[in-house]
Amino acid sequence: MAAETHETILKLDDVTKVYSGIVAVKHASLELKRGAVNVLVGENGAGKSTLMRMIAGVEKPSLGRILLDGKEVEFNSPADAQRHGIGMVFQELNLFGNLSVAENIFATREITRGIRGIDHKAQVEKANHFLDKLDAGISAETMVEDLPIGQQQLVEIAKAISLDTRILILDEPTSALSAAEVDILFKVIGELKAQGVAIVYISHRLEELMRIGDYITVLRDGQITGQAMVRDIDTKWIVRSMIGSDAKDFAKSVDHKLGKEAFRVEDICLPRRTGGLAVDHLSISVKTGEVLGIYGLMGAGRSEFFECVIGQHAHSTGKIFVAGEEIVAKDTSTRIRKGLALIPEDRQREGLVQVLSIASNLTLASLEKFVKFGVHISGEREQAAVKEQVRNLSIKAPNPDFDVTSMSGGNQQKVVIGKALMTNPKVLLMDEPSRGIDVGAKADVFRTMRRLAGEGLAILFSTSDLEEVMALSDRIVVMSNGKVTTILDRADATEELIVKAASEGHKSAEHKTIGEIA
Amino acid sequence: MTTATVTENAPATDSGSILLTLMKLRTFIALFAVIAFFSIFAPNFLSTANIILMSKHVALNAFLAMGMTFVIITGGIDLSVGSIVGLCGMVAGGLILNGIDLQFGYTMYFNVVEVCLITLAVGVVIGAVNGLLITKLNVAPFIATLGTLYVARGFALLSSDGQTFPNLVGKTELSTTGFGFLGSGRIIGLPVSIWILIVVALAAAYVAKYVPIGRQIFAVGGNERAARMSGIRVDRVKMFVYMFSGFCAAIVGIVISSELMASHPATGNSFELNAIAAAVLGGTSMSGGRGTIGGTIIGAFVIGILSDGLVMMGVSSFWQMVIKGIVIIVAVVVDQAQRRLQQQVTLMQLAKKG
Repeated sequence: MAAETHETILKLDDVTKVYSGIVAVKHASLELKRGAVNVLVGENGAGKSTLMRMIAGVEKPSLGRILLDGKEVEFNSPADAQRHGIGMVFQELNLFGNLSVAENIFATREITRGIRGIDHKAQVEKANHFLDKLDAGISAETMVEDLPIGQQQLVEIAKAISLDTRILILDEPTSALSAAEVDILFKVIGELKAQGVAIVYISHRLEELMRIGDYITVLRDGQITGQAMVRDIDTKWIVRSMIGSDAKDFAKSVDHKLGKEAFRVEDICLPRRTGGLAVDHLSISVKTGEVLGIYGLMGAGRSEFFECVIGQHAHSTGKIFVAGEEIVAKDTSTRIRKGLALIPEDRQREGLVQVLSIASNLTLASLEKFVKFGVHISGEREQAAVKEQVRNLSIKAPNPDFDVTSMSGGNQQKVVIGKALMTNPKVLLMDEPSRGIDVGAKADVFRTMRRLAGEGLAILFSTSDLEEVMALSDRIVVMSNGKVTTILDRADATEELIVKAASEGHKSAEHKTIGEIA
Repeated sequence: MTTATVTENAPATDSGSILLTLMKLRTFIALFAVIAFFSIFAPNFLSTANIILMSKHVALNAFLAMGMTFVIITGGIDLSVGSIVGLCGMVAGGLILNGIDLQFGYTMYFNVVEVCLITLAVGVVIGAVNGLLITKLNVAPFIATLGTLYVARGFALLSSDGQTFPNLVGKTELSTTGFGFLGSGRIIGLPVSIWILIVVALAAAYVAKYVPIGRQIFAVGGNERAARMSGIRVDRVKMFVYMFSGFCAAIVGIVISSELMASHPATGNSFELNAIAAAVLGGTSMSGGRGTIGGTIIGAFVIGILSDGLVMMGVSSFWQMVIKGIVIIVAVVVDQAQRRLQQQVTLMQLAKKG
């Protein structure tokens, strides 16, 4: 297929998108080619999703134009974009678990028979047709909530295909698919390509991009840093364009002595609801004063691992040791008291109690420390402790009695960290501690991590930001598909090694026999 | 408690803030409004006798509403309180009148203090059953307490075959006398039930503000998952609130039987609805996380004064229901408006800061 023949169907002309205070996309120009796979790659928060959401009509650009077939268009809603033949499969699945597959596929455009209501039979028939195309092996009459996550993703893809689109955007479509399912998806993408559909493909798995992509665009910090034909480049080029050379503001790692082993887990396993293991025989050991970075892609099982350690999954197995002592208790309260603390990934859902004040949020996990006479919370002691945390973490709180939601995301994150620190942990688990916070707050958080490590805490943090994991960790663990695929010392780690290891778990699952022979 | 938080949070000067302060004080304003209205239009409304009588009526609902407030703050609901009132009244009455038949010819009698303690324990146990159903068996609070509503009422009726236990004077030789003190006795001019209310309300307000479990009640209702992640024993907190609600209902059961000197198994029918109304009127949010004991007590007074005042004015009981319903709806509408306004004011302050 000669690439020169691909004509441009949609053009983003110098678009910029600004959210309150944050520039998500800066002066980006992008052309999508008809009958080709246009690959988009970049780290989390680089602006890929924002760019695509503008094309799909979810967001409007603050500046710049969108040209469809050379004519300027403006999408006011996703429905608007759909009418122009643009469909998108979102990274987070947008399905109704309580409805059947067919009902999901035809949601908002039900096939009706006039006043006699929805023609369920026709819907099921048509839905089955699309599902067969994907070789999904799903009956259209199944309830979506009964399907494993991978098949749900296939339903989402079938839904997008059924829209009969000219531009199909796939945002990490393979994050929950098995290798066999990926092959089928690629076959379908090939067919769509042949029909002249422009595909936009977003993924973190570099070898997938190399396999299927025609054009590649790399984004970093909202700017396009590289555009090329896939056949002209290699993974090294991608990584280079993704990371760039300008260093972010990371706290300088102070050289300090690592102490004795502070934390060890052996054979942590967590069965997935839909079969298989979300955390697969995981064993790690961390010394006092050590910062261990856990790198992995979405769905690698990092959050699940942390949740197992803190006692949120009663049916997980394995042994946990803090300072040499095995933690037998299953419940979170006891584990926190034994010196473990977790800073959860989803600040709003798991970290904060929005109706409470900044001060109450900070002291929530450590209230018993301020209790006098067995029951009474001493206001003085509580306030003093709150003041100390606010100072130590440089939380910008005008008044600790204000609602916690009155602060910016970065300061909210600091409150969650402060809450964990007030329990005097020996081991700190941080799940994506820099997610969704601005640059200044990030630097503060990183500095705090370093300071705490210097004070002898063992820190485990997870991230999907390569630069972050390279700069902050003393050792790097790469997880993929619930397994540890590699453990690297900072001195030995390179971006390529990490990126490669991050998708290894999927490969070895499928090609186990080959691996064993080799 | 309400007053404290209100003044602390009311920030500044512009019209939005003033409106916000007014809205936050709405339960107070409503209370003054009903008092002012009825002192003009209802004869004898402000006489001491009438005020004490009304307070006794209000107290019954206020007990239930306090228990309900904690339950609602955790994001639950307790529909069984009315039935617990009925059953506990029957337990108290039955113990005084008949004692416990020990099957081998002896009957065990208890003095009044013991009777009260046993009755309170029954209320707490039913609350614990609610709590266990909700925490261990994952039954939705609405359904779990609906179930105990029927079960408790059924047992109340079974205990006497639907009959009233009359004349609970007790016998001096069994030392079961003195039950009437709780319902009709007075200490320094105030009815005993009012004193009990003051003690329980102060204790509950203290728990809400100064005891860890109080803070945890709000945390569980505000964000249960975050509370769990912070190491709060969520199940224990929920058990506590349902047991406290059962405890409050048992107090009401005892007080009513004592006032009437009789126990009727249908007592307390639909009391739960009045309790919910008082809590909501007092600013408790049905979605959990927000509410105060002080607000709930004021809410109970607004509802109580409203219905007693309307009776004194000779308004038909049918119209009373209509009016009560409208007051509740208006209260919630204002509550929502206040929250929206609050968000706007907070955003504006954030924007000003830059």
